Order: sequence, then structure tokens, then C-alpha cells
Amino acid sequence: MAQITIKGVKKNYAKTAVIHGVDVNIEAGEFVVILGPSGCGKSTLLRMIAGLEEITEGEIAIGGTVVNKLEPRERGCAMVFQNYALYPHMTVRKNIGYALKVAKVPKAERDARVMKVAQSVSLEPFLDRRPGELSGGQRQRVAMARAMVREPKVFLFDEPFSNLDAKLRVAMRSEVRRLHRDLGVTSVFVTHDQIEAMTLADKLIIMNAGKVEQIGKPTEVYNNPASRFVADFIGSPAMNLFEGEFDAEGHFVHGAGGRMNVSQLNGVRQPGRKVVLGVRPEGVRRTGADTHGAIPAVVDYVEELGASRLIHADANGSRIVALDNDSAELKSGTPVHLSLADSALHLFSLEDGRRISH
Amino acid sequence: MIERSPFFDFITYLAMAFGALVVVIPFWITLVAGSQSLQEVSQVPISLLPSSHLFENLAAAWTRGDLGPKLINSFIVAIGVTVGKITLASLSAFAIVFFSFKARMICFWLIFITLMLPLEVRIVPTYSIAANALLPFQVILDTLGITGLVQAVSGVQIALNWNLLNSYTGLILPLVATATGTFLYRQFFMTIPDELVEASKMDGAHPLEFFFDVLLPLSRTNMLALATIMFVSSWNQYLWPLLITTDRANFGTVVMQLKALIPAQNGTPDWNVTMAGALIIMLPPLLVVAFMQRWFVRGLISRDK
Ligand SMILES: Nc1ncnc2c1ncn2[C@@H]1O[C@H](COP(=O)(O)OP(=O)(O)OP(=O)(O)O)[C@@H](O)[C@H]1O
Ligand SMILES: [Mg+2]
Repeated sequence: MAQITIKGVKKNYAKTAVIHGVDVNIEAGEFVVILGPSGCGKSTLLRMIAGLEEITEGEIAIGGTVVNKLEPRERGCAMVFQNYALYPHMTVRKNIGYALKVAKVPKAERDARVMKVAQSVSLEPFLDRRPGELSGGQRQRVAMARAMVREPKVFLFDEPFSNLDAKLRVAMRSEVRRLHRDLGVTSVFVTHDQIEAMTLADKLIIMNAGKVEQIGKPTEVYNNPASRFVADFIGSPAMNLFEGEFDAEGHFVHGAGGRMNVSQLNGVRQPGRKVVLGVRPEGVRRTGADTHGAIPAVVDYVEELGASRLIHADANGSRIVALDNDSAELKSGTPVHLSLADSALHLFSLEDGRRISH
Repeated sequence: MIERSPFFDFITYLAMAFGALVVVIPFWITLVAGSQSLQEVSQVPISLLPSSHLFENLAAAWTRGDLGPKLINSFIVAIGVTVGKITLASLSAFAIVFFSFKARMICFWLIFITLMLPLEVRIVPTYSIAANALLPFQVILDTLGITGLVQAVSGVQIALNWNLLNSYTGLILPLVATATGTFLYRQFFMTIPDELVEASKMDGAHPLEFFFDVLLPLSRTNMLALATIMFVSSWNQYLWPLLITTDRANFGTVVMQLKALIPAQNGTPDWNVTMAGALIIMLPPLLVVAFMQRWFVRGLISRDK
């Protein structure tokens, strides 16, 4: 167990900068998930922690020791790779025990430790098979066992489940959760699957284009996105975002002149201020036409989710999505009235996308 | 490509049969001639059916060509060259593929250039090096004036000399350098996924441990394929052994002895003995290929997982 401190870390490949200064503190025993769109530099950051990639600038410390100049094997990290990266010519037993063999652990102790780890991920029946004779899920478990057997200070996962089918992914997710609870080892988990991120993380790091957008608990990130990017990226279905400005009466004007009554944003309604207004689909409800501040819209199409459904509608040139529990049939072209829940409004600056608190 | 037309099948089989015939006929003629008596082999046209004198001819060739010791020499050289080539090729490819050092591309191109310089082209300089393997150092010392300096100071003249003529070292070393081998290994090593390299780094393996524990086991079939080619080609070496061995009795190889088996200009035209000798000489590479061909084919066309 060790804490990880990342200070002002940058990474350039030749001339292109891919990480532009990242500062993160990871507490000992914490489960941290790095989430972000493809190409944002998640793997690069993880690999710099592991020692597989050189750190261009800044400092990474594991357990209080700066590791910038240390070889991967001296850092005490174990990594689980996306494509398992098992040694194809070795049996499962040898795959798991290889790190111990290299570390010159005596054979008897090695066998005992391999057996113990294999039991904890239910791999004993397969110990004498080669990776080629295993299913994807079993291979992934071998990869995890291989990481665990060294009893590392830190676990690093780089999208370990992205080659598995949906059901197996859920199973592996809870397995990882359980292992973390049992072992309590500091873990950094990279993914671009937000459900995986939300369910696993003690702390979520949202990255975009080589920068950290937000660090926080999953609920915090969901309820208080720090930027327009995070608001858009987190949550499915995605948050409704309207670009617009406030008029003299304090109404929010968007699209082709649509107006919304947003009196709860009292303090920040300077006329002419250009902002982005965000509201999650579950904060948008159908109401009667006579409700105060109701937004008239025209149904575009309806997405059935089973228990509920999503109404995609057009409100004065702006697209709006509402979560609806009513089962009444809505055809395309039907006029509806929508209202925004008071507590659910988010406001971002149009200029730099940062959150405007109110 | 799968073609299902009887006509096309026929053409394919015809081409294959023709190819097989072209390959097999010389062997057959060697075998037939080697089994005939002097009279039979002298007939024109020669009969294409084997006769019953094979073993006498083999015995005659064996003593005339002194094939026993020469076979041993050939084995020593061929195995030495094969082992040396594989070691050198795999290690140089390992360095080129898995390490990023500054001179990497230079090394790569230097090796690449030697593809264009087979032994036959550089045989004269190679010979002069073999005559004194320390010659380059002597030249360096001479040009730097160190030789003169040392002589002036101590009265000792530096004359470096390491003669490789008439030695196994001289027979083997110049044949060991192989760009082809390096390339074959490089090609194979480049198919090893990066993640495997990284996994071994995370496991704490030293680069050499990675080489021996991961890379070599994975390239076993390639290695056997390469060994087969190397063995056959070094067994067949003629020019270099001929040049470097003046002491034929002790360091001659069997392929050089082929010449000794050919009837003299005005001697008895006993080609049956020559052919029998040829049979003995080509047997080892044939056996090696026959024995290795399973791996040979696998190593060249696919990788086992
Ligand atoms: N060896 C390299 N040389 C140059 N650029 C690279 C190299 N490796 C990665 N990059 C660039 O760095 C950026 C970040 O890559 P990285 O692999 O960290 O992304 P990622 O967030 O892990 O994406 P994904 O979710 O697709 O795995 C990308 O734009 C990529 O093109
Ligand atoms: Mg990645």
C-alpha cells in the first residue's frame, strides 16, 4: 500500500505534447479510476507511473519515493494489460509465477503463493493449461493473478476488460472490487467506460486532451461537473446543454429565440452574459401548458428504455431530451410542454467551459 | 485461393510432377551411377536402373576420399557455423528490435549493407584478415605511430600476429556473420507484441531473462528453420575452405574432397566411385532437412501460439 503523488507531470513524444501538466494525489489504499475519451492520454499517464514511459517533466512519487529514474521493477507496481499480455508458451502456473522466479523466490514458496493467488481468482483447475487454451475471462483472471502474486504496492489496470463481453465485464468488475476490498492495495484503473468508472472508483479523475478536467468522488463529478466537458461526458443519456445568454428580464435565451425561466439562477443573470445551461434529462419533465415557465417543444422521436423513455424534442431550435415515466403514446410532431427541475441546473461559461457556481 | 476446376487441378498436378521430376532426377542418377560397376557406368547411354555394386563403390570412395576424418571436419565446421550464426543473428536482432540506443539505425544499416557483400566478393580482404586476425589493430597502431614510439622507448617491436589459416576457427568465424539471419530474426521479433515486452518488464525480468525465458522459446521453430538453412549452406561451402586450408589432410572438408574423387584426366573413368562418394557427402544435409522439415516449414510460414 502506498500513496502516489503526481506533480506537474508532462509528456512529449518528440515534439508533440500529449500530457500538459497533471497534478494528482492518490491516497494509500484508494481505488482511483482515470476516465476520458480515446486519445486523451490516460494510458500514457498510467504508463508513466508504471515506468514504461519516460516522464518528460514533473515528478511522480510512490510511497514517498520519487520514481522518475527508477526501472519498472524497482517501483513496486504490477500492471494488468488490455490484451492480457500472457506469455503464450508458459502454463498458467508459470505465467503467474514468473515474476517470483525472476525475483529468485525459492520454488516451494513460489508454488505456495501461486496456488494461493490462483485460488483467490478460482483458477486452480487451469493451472497447467496454456493461455491459448483459456477463454477471454479466464485469461484476464490469469493476468490479474500474475499482478497479485508479487504483492505489489500499487495495481495498475489499463482498460483490462475492454475485450470482454458485457456480462463478463460486470462479473470481472465485481471481482476487482472484491479483490480491492480484501487486499486494500492502491489501484489506478484506466477506462473509457463510464459505468465501469462510476461503479469502481473511490476517486474519479476525468481527463481530456492531456489535461485533468476534474477530480472527485463519482457522485460529486456527476452532480457538480466542473466543466462543460465533464457535464457532457459523464452521464448517459448525456446532459442537455444549451448555448445562449440572459436577456434584460433575466430569461435565458437560446436556439432560435426560445426563452426559459431560470429564476433560481438569481445571482448570475447579468444581461448579455454568454453561458451554457445544462440540465440532465431526468431534470426535464413533461408538464401541462399552463405551468409557470413551461417550455413548449415538439416531439422528434421517443426512445423506449423499458421502465421509462426518453423524449427527444425540439424547443425553439434547441434539442432537448427529457426522461419520461408516463406511458401515453407520443407521436413525432406532437407538441408538449416541458419544465426544468429547480435543483438540476448547471451553468458553464461559454468562453472557457468552466462551471459558474450559483 | 481455392480453385475447383478439374482442368486447373490437372495443370497444377502437372506442374508439381514436373518440378518433382526436375528435383529428383539428379539424385536418382547419382544413386544409379553409384551402384553400377565400371563397365556399366561407362556405357553410353547410361542405364537408369540401379545395379548391385553400391557397397563396394561406397567403400572405395570412403578410402579414396579419406571421407571419415573429412566428415568429422565438415560436421565441426557446419555445426560451428550454425551455432555461431544463430547466436550472432538472434543477439544482434534482439539489440536492434528491443533497444533504442543512438547507433541503432547505423548498426541496422551496417548489417543491411553486408547483405550486398557475400563472402565471394570480399574474399581477398577476408583472407588477409584470416592470415593475421590482428592485422587491423597493427595497422591502427602503426598509423597512430604507437609502434614506432614503443620501439623507440623499449626497443620492443610490436608485431601482432594471429594466424587463422589451417584452423577450425579460421574455417568457422568468417562464415558466422550473417545479415540474412539477423533479418529473419528481426522480422520475427517485430511480431512480438509490445505488451509482452512490457509485461516482462513489470514482472521485473532483466532484458537477458526476457531473451532466454520469453523470446527464445517463442522463436524455437524459427530457430530450427534457420538452423536447417545454415547447416546445409555451411556444409556446402567450397570456396572458403579451399582457400584457407593448405593442410588438407587435417583440415579438409568433405565437399573439398569431391574434387579428389573425380577421376584424373588420363586415369580410369570410375565415375561410379565418384557418385558413391557424392552420395555419402550429400547424405548428412539430406538427413538434416528430412528430419527438420516439419519445423522448417512451420518456422517459415507461421508462428505457433
Ligand atoms: N509512441 C507514441 N508516439 C507519439 N504519440 C503517441 C505515442 N503513444 C501515444 N501517443 C499519442 O498520445 C496521445 C495519448 O495516447 P494514450 O494512449 O495515452 O491515449 P488513451 O487515453 O489511452 O486512449 P485510448 O482510450 O484510446 O487507449 C494520443 O494522441 C496518441 O496519439
Ligand atoms: Mg489507452
